[in-house]
Amino acid sequence: MRTYDQVPPPPDDDKRWRFVGTTMRSHGYKPHALIETLHTVQEYFGFLDEKAFKYVAHGLRVPLSRVYEVATFYHFFNMKPKGKHTCVVCTGTACFIKGVPQILAALEKEYHIKPGDTTSDGKVSLMAARCVGACGLAPVVTFDGEFVGNASPEKVLAKIREWKDDDAG
Amino acid sequence: MTPDELKEIITQEQQIEQTREHHICVCTAAGCISSNSLQVKDALAKEVKARGLADKCQVKGVGCLGLCAQGPLVHMREEDRLYKKVVPEDAPEILDSLGAKPVQRLECPTNIPFFQRQMRVVLENFWKIDPERIQDYIAADGYSALINALTELSPIDIINEIIHSGLRGRGGAGYPTGLKWSTVSKAVGDVKYVVCNADEGDPGAFMDRSVLESDPHRVLEGMAIAAYAVGASEGYIYVRAEYPLAIKRLRNAIKQAERSGFLGQNIGGARFSFHLDVRLGAGAFVCGEETALIASIEGKRGTPRPRPPYPAQHGLWGRPTLINNVETFANIPSILRRGAAWYASIGTEKSKGTKVFALAGQVNNTGLIEVPMGIPLREIIFDIGGGIPNGKQYKAVQTGGPSGGCIPEEFLDLKVDYESLSQIGSIMGSGGMIVMDDSSNMVDVARYFMEFCQSESCGKCVPCRVGTVHMYNLLDKILRKEATRKDLSMLEKLCGIVKGASLCGLGQTAPNPVLSTLRYFREEYESNIVEGEIAAVCAQCPDEKEGEKR
Repeated sequence: MRTYDQVPPPPDDDKRWRFVGTTMRSHGYKPHALIETLHTVQEYFGFLDEKAFKYVAHGLRVPLSRVYEVATFYHFFNMKPKGKHTCVVCTGTACFIKGVPQILAALEKEYHIKPGDTTSDGKVSLMAARCVGACGLAPVVTFDGEFVGNASPEKVLAKIREWKDDDAG
Repeated sequence: MTPDELKEIITQEQQIEQTREHHICVCTAAGCISSNSLQVKDALAKEVKARGLADKCQVKGVGCLGLCAQGPLVHMREEDRLYKKVVPEDAPEILDSLGAKPVQRLECPTNIPFFQRQMRVVLENFWKIDPERIQDYIAADGYSALINALTELSPIDIINEIIHSGLRGRGGAGYPTGLKWSTVSKAVGDVKYVVCNADEGDPGAFMDRSVLESDPHRVLEGMAIAAYAVGASEGYIYVRAEYPLAIKRLRNAIKQAERSGFLGQNIGGARFSFHLDVRLGAGAFVCGEETALIASIEGKRGTPRPRPPYPAQHGLWGRPTLINNVETFANIPSILRRGAAWYASIGTEKSKGTKVFALAGQVNNTGLIEVPMGIPLREIIFDIGGGIPNGKQYKAVQTGGPSGGCIPEEFLDLKVDYESLSQIGSIMGSGGMIVMDDSSNMVDVARYFMEFCQSESCGKCVPCRVGTVHMYNLLDKILRKEATRKDLSMLEKLCGIVKGASLCGLGQTAPNPVLSTLRYFREEYESNIVEGEIAAVCAQCPDEKEGEKR
């Protein structure tokens, strides 16, 4: 059995590691808590990096390769830091039928970004969601987690312009 | 919790209810919340307080009211009046209409087919209960089926009841639920698990999300009954991380159920214990496949494995595991409360009961509906759905997501059940129903689904990993009007290979959108085909040359 003094110390003195440690502890440091733990890391840090991988691998006693394979397999985990704001475009079927391709095309034309990219000034990240399950309001875009239904290219471009201008001043 | 204690809570709740003359119910499912229904609820509550009506009039959050396109929706129970597209500033006017004339500007008629033609079994509590209060669920006769099962019925009785009800898995494939339960109950193992598949990955489907957000206790009750019937002591709900509200309400519901003694040790005073936990998915469509889902709960990559052995014998951590979909579990309490004969009287010969559909796309009334099995598609789309907007023509309806197919107009009078849909090249699927009008390009739709499948393929087996990429490239080529007749026949050949040789359901059904559009809308493919010039095209495409040599 594992004793608590064998649990590795956090990689640095960032207080957010405590939450990660709590998740691992609540699952008894069992290897099957890997996905749950990575969720916690992403929730508090926004993305996963090598430091986090090593900490989690040690904590749950799984090979580093397994942490990396799981983190890269699931689309929900991202390895790149996000911009200050995040715009998530839903690409579910209903949204696709109702005009998401036009929204993405407008964004690419105006800001040269595709899903997964961040604008060159690091302010806005564009993500694509498989389906956010609000199909009745298609097309759906979320701005920093806030849902907007019946979106149009104009609405999305206006919001992104607002973000970019806002931060410049 | 004993039957008497349960009755006591019901009486208490009823007494409180009787003192109230009005109930204003605000939809608090994700659709309406995204159009600010929480602010509407707060404004209404504030106004009620300001007018000193707090004792008489209750403002409460309820589950999904169904007509998502018109949200935020507010339902006044006593007046049976529905208000649509409400903003917080409408609160005074709404309160003025208590027991008086309705606010015409906001009124949404409830006598339209959208509401009248539905038959609510799984969704029966959606308009009534606050999903965050267990007392509401108990007052609506909730958990009585579980307590009754534990005190009056043996596991065998329950399984027989489910078999007689004719309930089939609502996740898509339609495997008889009772049979699955009976297999797991006969399987030998020191520990058994019950798993709820809430990894609703189909784009365009939101039934499971709505059920979890609007009536989470119903799913917990169904799972606890299943656990008692098959002899399981632990359970997991595997839910998509993309559904934060559903996760929050589920966790809250589990806590409440544990505190009230519906989950945990010695439930209902019986020698039965059941512990339930939530596991989050992480955005992998393939995890809807049961063996991949098990791998994911174990903290591994979500890749499927060959079956048999089936999870019923060798599932989570090698133990017998019962896996059912959210909607399947949500049907269980109703079946036990009202009897298998009642349930079997709804629907068609082979498909019993009701089905929840998420109606979306180019249709007037988008939202969540529940209809009896065997209802014609035309009735769903033109009566309940209110037809196609903007004066356009109906072209096709897509059911079953990336595993399903497109159904053209000639089959609109088809009665919806598992068999009839698969006969015409689609599937029931989990219940997503996307309507397309004549502006949709069917080759583009097929390419959209193939893009989805090739990026969601887990990569374990070659036919799916490689085949879907090539099918996507061929569809793209057709859309660019660069494909020849040979490419088209290659696409058809690949459909057969991927369908026949893939390991799991994802690959086996990935060609369905292509096959069904080829079957019913072949002219759209044909019109993009370039005649002759095979050599010129192949020169640009080295991959294919290699393929030809083989």
